Formats: sequence, structure tokens, C-alpha cells
Amino acid sequence: MKKYSPSEEVDFVVIGSGAAGAVMAKQLGLAGFSVVVMEQGPWGAYGHEQDYSKDELSNRFPAEDDTLISDPSKYRNTFRRNASEKAVAGNHSYGCVVGGGTVTYGASSWRHLPWEFDEASRFGTMKGTGIADWPISYKELEPYYVQAEWEIGISGPNLKSPLIAPMSKPYPVPPLPLKSSGALMQRAAEKLNLVVTPNVAAIITQPYNGRSGCIHCGMCSGYGCQVKARSSSAVSLLPIAVATGNCEIRVHSTVREISVNAAGRATGVIYLDKKNDNREVFQKAKCVVLSANGTETPRLLLMSKSGRFPQGLANSSGIVGKYLMTGNGGGASGLFSDPLNEYKGCVTGAAVLSYVPNDVKGRGWYGGGRMTARGQQSPIQYGLGGPHNAPRWGAGYKKALIEQANRKLTMVNFISQLPIETNMVDLDPDVKDAWGLPALRITTTSHENDFKAMQFFIDKSVEILKAAGATTVWADQVSDSRGGAHARGTCRIGNDPKSSVANKYHRAHDVPNLFIVDGSSLVTGGRNHPTMTISALAYRCAEHLVKAAKAGNVTI
Amino acid sequence: MSATRRTFLLRGFSAGTTAWLAANWPAQVAAVESAQAMGHFTFFTPAQAMEIDAMAAQIYPSDSTPGAKEAQVIYFIDLALVTFAQDKQAIYKQGFADLAAKTGGRPLGAMPMSDQIALLTSIETTPFFRTVRDHTIMGMFAAPQHGGNFQKAGWKQIGFDDSLNFRAPFGAYDKA
Repeated sequence: MKKYSPSEEVDFVVIGSGAAGAVMAKQLGLAGFSVVVMEQGPWGAYGHEQDYSKDELSNRFPAEDDTLISDPSKYRNTFRRNASEKAVAGNHSYGCVVGGGTVTYGASSWRHLPWEFDEASRFGTMKGTGIADWPISYKELEPYYVQAEWEIGISGPNLKSPLIAPMSKPYPVPPLPLKSSGALMQRAAEKLNLVVTPNVAAIITQPYNGRSGCIHCGMCSGYGCQVKARSSSAVSLLPIAVATGNCEIRVHSTVREISVNAAGRATGVIYLDKKNDNREVFQKAKCVVLSANGTETPRLLLMSKSGRFPQGLANSSGIVGKYLMTGNGGGASGLFSDPLNEYKGCVTGAAVLSYVPNDVKGRGWYGGGRMTARGQQSPIQYGLGGPHNAPRWGAGYKKALIEQANRKLTMVNFISQLPIETNMVDLDPDVKDAWGLPALRITTTSHENDFKAMQFFIDKSVEILKAAGATTVWADQVSDSRGGAHARGTCRIGNDPKSSVANKYHRAHDVPNLFIVDGSSLVTGGRNHPTMTISALAYRCAEHLVKAAKAGNVTI
Repeated sequence: MSATRRTFLLRGFSAGTTAWLAANWPAQVAAVESAQAMGHFTFFTPAQAMEIDAMAAQIYPSDSTPGAKEAQVIYFIDLALVTFAQDKQAIYKQGFADLAAKTGGRPLGAMPMSDQIALLTSIETTPFFRTVRDHTIMGMFAAPQHGGNFQKAGWKQIGFDDSLNFRAPFGAYDKA
């Protein structure tokens, strides 16, 4: 791998190696630019993926260098429902390894639908929310979805339906098996007239681009993939970036500031070299690409205060960190008479699409959701969670645990969440992370509308499980989100510098050589599956950036 | 297998599990001797091990199928407390003191079954009991290399096949 000296001014520093950062690194490297990718986490089993552990206990209590997801006791964060509360310790976490969240995610890879890009014009705004149009249309983004799907490797059904975004090119690989969960959804679909399809996933089902197909090992979401079937950034994109000879991935490197000069241009980044006593290093760069995720990206901008940017970098609008959408859920569970064995195979086999569209008149609330069904995953998780309606220990616990084993199915739903200005990421004034940096603070309470949405999907889940033949069904309580993997919206793109952080090509309105692209770029949240859209946005951003850089339009 | 370890295992077995043990004894001895030659406890004193073993036996009892005792969960917990669960040592130390205050120093396992259950029910919301509960369950269902789940006893009970390569159909409902 190419190595650069920090004092050498590279063309680009890319902060983050996940769904967006890896696309940027690859495209910029291929175009001949020098690139340093800053990754907070370790290598993981990059390049020797067969060494990923499938051991549930080790995965639950990983050694420090085997950690794939940020540990909230070190990557400390706090949480509160609203600004009048004092924040308490939070358990927000995210992928923290070369490849970011794509190394361990469930890998659902749905596109946003065309009408999810102009909701304000199409459906109108709503009081108390920040519903706004995106500065780009689905049509403009569509070619980049295709590019992302084919380069990353996405499996899915090729269907034409108003419930699925129209595609100019089919998925490169056929879909995953439906599993028993999917078969049961189909059973319910016949009675309730629902549309059920195999899931769209960044998991290849047959050899593709030199990688092997999924062997359905079952230790999937939360685990690294031993056979490279999960199309993570670490196996699909970063090896190509590194092979250009232009790109260095620098691990254990936590950026704490994007530095600027008197002219207000980015000059590079200050990062903590965590394997060298956390010494501070300044990496010079002509241009900075920020792809650190929907919570870490705004945090870094807010930490990058200077005389010129007293309220944080790229934040003249004051909305960096605001309009946070963490993703709502809520569903129900049921028991079936025969074993589903859902612990085999990937986490999600099928999706119910019928309630993706809006139906404000019919339902009395705005939004929609994609429903999935998943069962018991791994033995320790099952044992600790315990059986339904049974004691927590003793003979009754054991009896129920054995009786219910492999027979449970849970509807896990991905529900729209409205962007609200007061839902945000900012810096905790009191708490510091393990490196002495201000802890990330999450403030969030969903809109009243979204509680109705959650209740709708809980009720629908009960109905579907009953129609599928469940012998016992129980509903979740409505529960507002607190953080987690799907954070979006905190540096929204837009045409107006007063109401957005970056422009339609992801260039920060305030800093001409700073580009921000990741979950934070999303204006509205879609139906909560953000990764495919993040990848597509990155491809589009990269194309623009390569052209601009070649024209000398982003240098200091 | 050391004499200490075998004695420890045998002393703890209830009548119900003796039959299971008899049927599985040769294989069990062979497997224990080859795979787990621990023979002593790293964290626990023998008396402490007896107490935790008795607790685990109530949390995940033996009946017609193996319980925590046969799955050798006690060895899992002993190992846990010097590895990934080191931060739980203090909870155990405090727990032993609190337990002794309740039992008057009498071994928990020597008390009548109903008294054991009543005593454990009275402490079931304490950090000590909750931790032992979780560790017992982990010991039932973690891979055998971690010291418990002997002969995959826990996995067999919940129908978990630890192969790492499956083909659809996986369950009863996706069969054509």
C-alpha cells in the first residue's frame, strides 16, 4: 500500500472508510489523485477475511483490535429527549473498522423511491418539521444507483412495481432465499393481499467480481463475513482503491479537527494517532472529504471551531447536526408450530412493500415503512433474551426456551421519521470520550405523526403474523428511537446556504475545498434503509469532484 | 481429568442426571480428558465454585435433559471471570458475602431444593444474581471452547446446528 508522509500535501484526505468514504477513495484514487483515508477503527480482517470470528461469545466481547463496532464506553456518547433535559450516558454506536458499518450491517440495499426526493413540493410541508425537497431528483441519481449496485455487488429481485424505484438496469446478482420468514409472509400476503419480495441486499448469492457467494452461515448481521459474500466497502471498493497505488488507508486515526487557513480554506486535518500515545498529527491536504457517518460528521464539524468559524466549520447556517433522523421501528412477534430455523442464512429474507407509499387520507399520518421479518438469530442472544411469557430462570424458563426455540418470528419494520430541527447531534458540554474529545450528544424526540406511524406498523405486524398462522402473537410497545446505525440528515444538502450545509454536489457552502457526503447528506429519511442512497450520492459526488479537481477548481 | 475435577462433578449430580450421565459417561470422560484438562479453578475457591454451581443448577436445572451442571457451566464462569468478564469480579465477591449472610454459611446446594429456590428468588433482582443468571445462560450456549456447553448440550436443546454452511430450505415453511 502506498504511504504518504503527513507533511506531504496530498490531494485528498477522506475521513471515514464506510459506504461513502470508500466510494470516494476508490474513485479519486482511480482518477490518479493522492488520497489518505482516515479510519478511527482497526483493520479488522481486511485482506484475510477468512479469519473473521463466527464465535458468538468472542463477537459479544471482542478484544480491542477485533472490535468492529464502536464501543460506547470509549466512543462515549450521551442522550436526552429534549434540550431541557440533562443528557445521560448513551449507547449509540456505529461501524468502526476499515469498511465502516458495511463490514457488519444487515446489508439491506433499497433505493429511495422517486417521490422521496421532492416530498415538500409533492405532498407539502408539515408544521414543526423540516420536510424539504432534495436539490437533486431521482432521475439525476439513478445512474449512480446502477453504478453502485454493479460495482459493490447487490442481489435482489428484478420486478416492476410502483412500490420499487424504477431501475434502468437490473440487479447484477439474483436474490437471497426467502427463508421460512419470507414463506410465512407470502402466506399472509395471499390472505391480506400484500406485496412481498425477496430482500435487496449487499450480499452476493453467486460468484461475482472475484468473490464467492453466500454460504448462509447465519452468523451475519454484526459479524464480519468470512467468505466475502457481504459486499462491504472493505472487500468491494477499498482493495481497488489501494491497488491504484495512490491511496493509503491510515487506521487508528481519529480526526479531531479539519483545519482552515485565514482565507477559510481547509488545509488538512489534525488526527490522533491512537497507536502512538494519541500523539497529534497534522496531515496536509488540498481538499478534505468528510464521510464519517451521520453522527460523527457533524460532531467533527462542530469540534472544528476557529476564529473564522466560531460555531463550527461549514456551519454559517447553524444547522450542522440538526434534522437528525436515527430511524424508527416497532413491530410484533409470533410463535409458529414448526421450526423456522431463521438462525441459518442472512438476517432478512423478504420484505413487505405494501405500506411503503404515503396514504395520509387512509391512515391519518404521513410517511410509510418497509416491513421485514426475522427470527431468533444466535444461541446466546436467544438465551439471554429468554422465551416469551415465561420466567427469567429456573425450570419454567428452560422448558419455554426449549419449546419456543426456532419458532419465533419478529416483524422488524423500517419506518419513516420526519426531520425536525430540534433533533440533533451536538457536543456534550460536560462529557468527554476516551480521547478527551467532547462526547457526541444526541437529542431526539420523534414527531407526533411518527408515533402514529409506529403504532400503525405494530398493529399491521400483529395482523400479518396472525394471517401467517402464528399460534401466539404479541405486540411491541411504541418506542421512540435513541440512536443507532441509520443516522441521517445532520448536514443536509440543498441549494440555499441558509438552510443547508452543502450544495447539490456535496461541496460545503462555506468552505470550497470541503466535501461532505454520507448519511448526514440526506434531506429526508426515506423508509429508513439509507446505505444504497449514501453509496449512490458518493458516486455522483466523486464524479463531480474528479472533474472539478482536474480543472483545478478545488485546490487551495 | 484430575481427581478433583471428577469428584467435583460427581458430587454435584442429582439422581435425575445420573442416568444421563451413565449413558454418556465414556464419551464424556474422553472428551473432558482430551479437551478440558483444567482440573482446578482459576478465580473461584472450591467452596465458591460449589455455591455458583448450585446457583447455576437452579437457574438452568437438570431434568430429562442436561442442565447447567452437566453442561459444566461452572468452568465457563470461572474462565469468564478472568477473561472477558473480569469487570464482574467485584460483583461476585460482594455476592458471596451477601449469600453467606443469607445462608449462615451453609452450602446452598446442601439446602432443600425449595429453600434454594426461595432464597434465590429473594435475591433475583440483585446485580449478583442477574450476573450469575446471564453467565449461566452464556455458559449453556457459548461455544464449548469457552468451558461450558459441554458436548454442545445447550445447543442440542435449542436445535442449534453450528455448521457454518447451509442451503435453503432452512426451516419448515420454506420447504417447497
